[in-house]
Amino acid sequence: MVENRPFLKLLSHLVLILGVVIVAFPVYVAFIASTHKTTDFITGVMPVLPGSDFLATYKTVLFSGLAAAGAPPIGMMLGNSLIMALAISIGKIVISILSAYAIVYFRFPFRQLAFWIIFVTLMLPVEVRIVPTFKVVADLGMLNSYAGLSIPLIASATATFLFRQFFLTVPDELLEAARVDGAGPLKFFKDILLPLSRTNIAALFVILFIYGWNQYLWPLIVTTDSEHYTIVMGIKRMSDVTDAEPQWNLVMAVAILAMLPPVLVVIFMQRLFVKGLVETEK
Amino acid sequence: MQTKRTIFNSKILPYWLILPQLAVTLIFFVWPACQAVWQSFLREDAFGTSTQFVGFDNYVAITQDSSYLNALIVTVIFSVAVATVSIVLALVLAVAANSLLKSRSLYTTLLVWPYAVAPAVAGVLFWFMFNPTIGLIPYLLKGLGYHWDDRLNGTDAMILVVLAASWKQISYNFLFFLAGLQSIPKALIEAAAIDGAGPVKRFRDIVFPLLSPTTFFLLVVNVVYTMFDTFAVIHATTQGGPNQATNILVYKVFTDGFIGLDLGSSAAQSVVLMVIVIALTFIQFRFVERNVQY
Repeated sequence: MVENRPFLKLLSHLVLILGVVIVAFPVYVAFIASTHKTTDFITGVMPVLPGSDFLATYKTVLFSGLAAAGAPPIGMMLGNSLIMALAISIGKIVISILSAYAIVYFRFPFRQLAFWIIFVTLMLPVEVRIVPTFKVVADLGMLNSYAGLSIPLIASATATFLFRQFFLTVPDELLEAARVDGAGPLKFFKDILLPLSRTNIAALFVILFIYGWNQYLWPLIVTTDSEHYTIVMGIKRMSDVTDAEPQWNLVMAVAILAMLPPVLVVIFMQRLFVKGLVETEK
Repeated sequence: MQTKRTIFNSKILPYWLILPQLAVTLIFFVWPACQAVWQSFLREDAFGTSTQFVGFDNYVAITQDSSYLNALIVTVIFSVAVATVSIVLALVLAVAANSLLKSRSLYTTLLVWPYAVAPAVAGVLFWFMFNPTIGLIPYLLKGLGYHWDDRLNGTDAMILVVLAASWKQISYNFLFFLAGLQSIPKALIEAAAIDGAGPVKRFRDIVFPLLSPTTFFLLVVNVVYTMFDTFAVIHATTQGGPNQATNILVYKVFTDGFIGLDLGSSAAQSVVLMVIVIALTFIQFRFVERNVQY
């Protein structure tokens, strides 16, 4: 601060507190709703203070599911989401770090072409080519499987760029020294490059885990049997009951559970999260 | 293209290393994209029994389709509204947070977590909060004399999806603005203060112009976000309604392809969207290149 202006400082605090309240409000409302009985919503407006049904609601959604909406227990959906998020984030990191290594540390015919093909993935979000991609996955018999949920999403231009950028900053002397000592390409990768990339890998993991967990359209179309539902898409199926108001307390409890894991990841790994976010966008 | 001065000489190994990435890209990205382009020149009946080559007919058809033009206008309004709302709010919050030394990181933690909430979940939260019968906001609005009904009123529905989409994006923009503010040299601000410029003047004449690269970058990113990632927000809330008031282009590609089974038209729309993304990505990269030279 250049000068001391108490009024300005107070104003800043007020603005930020207001911002935090506005940002948190929708989640507060959802949480309050999840602590009430279904019948509390029939009469007029929803309550603004917590009810007494917190345990009962969460027990219902976690263990018995919503039979009326045809949804499986949430525990299973959480498990599916976790599998999908981990498969996507780990898969993306593995294939990206390998291809970045090939592009930076080797010279081979068609290297340029390969780089451009990978670059293309950046430009083709799944939403814009949804019908043909679905067709390919269906032809490969990957519908309703964890492979179908994750593999089509694991190509990543941004992760490849990030690793390429990082590898270019690694001093050449390291490679020369390793070669003098007789290390081959795989040994160099495993013993020198991988340990050096640890922070980058961790930061990328945080971002990609959130990306994987929050997938919506893709799981929605490739899973038709409830065994493979993920929680983010499951919410939609639940709030979609025909001819009746949804059981809001249960739906909101599921919404809270669905956002909890990625939000906790962001809060507890904020440093890595910020690093990953800022660097993948460069 | 850049490589290392010293490299390995293996002939076969690099192909093995790059194979997985390339295979996934070709099978799930390039091949479907080519299919979309090919499909956009065909007309197929809904049962897939007969197909015929129709040239640019599908493209001509969408330019004459009033619902497509409507989707285009809705997309522009939606993108501009989301970008404006989320950038302005994020900038205000970032400037406020930047002026506080001790509590800055606490406020940052309290503001960034919505980034992790799935767009679909954000949509459901807002859908509930604005529910015309039991929602809290319509109740409050009724006290002010406004009858909120996003199920029937197109403007209300648009406001709803704009708020749901912006809510999530504020935290993202906030982080980038905060980083931008912290990279402005303190000496500039101090010099201006010594010359007698007050906080408002300093912000207008020094801070804001220096932030313009960040603002421009965020503008592009936010437009890309609203055009593609907000599919879930729309699908979880208004589903394009009422009467197509919130039917954005990405959502239309999906409904025409999967529900309407009008594959040729859906493919043509996909191709148009791909051209838009490629243009936006190009702008983004040009900008980043320029930015690096500073």
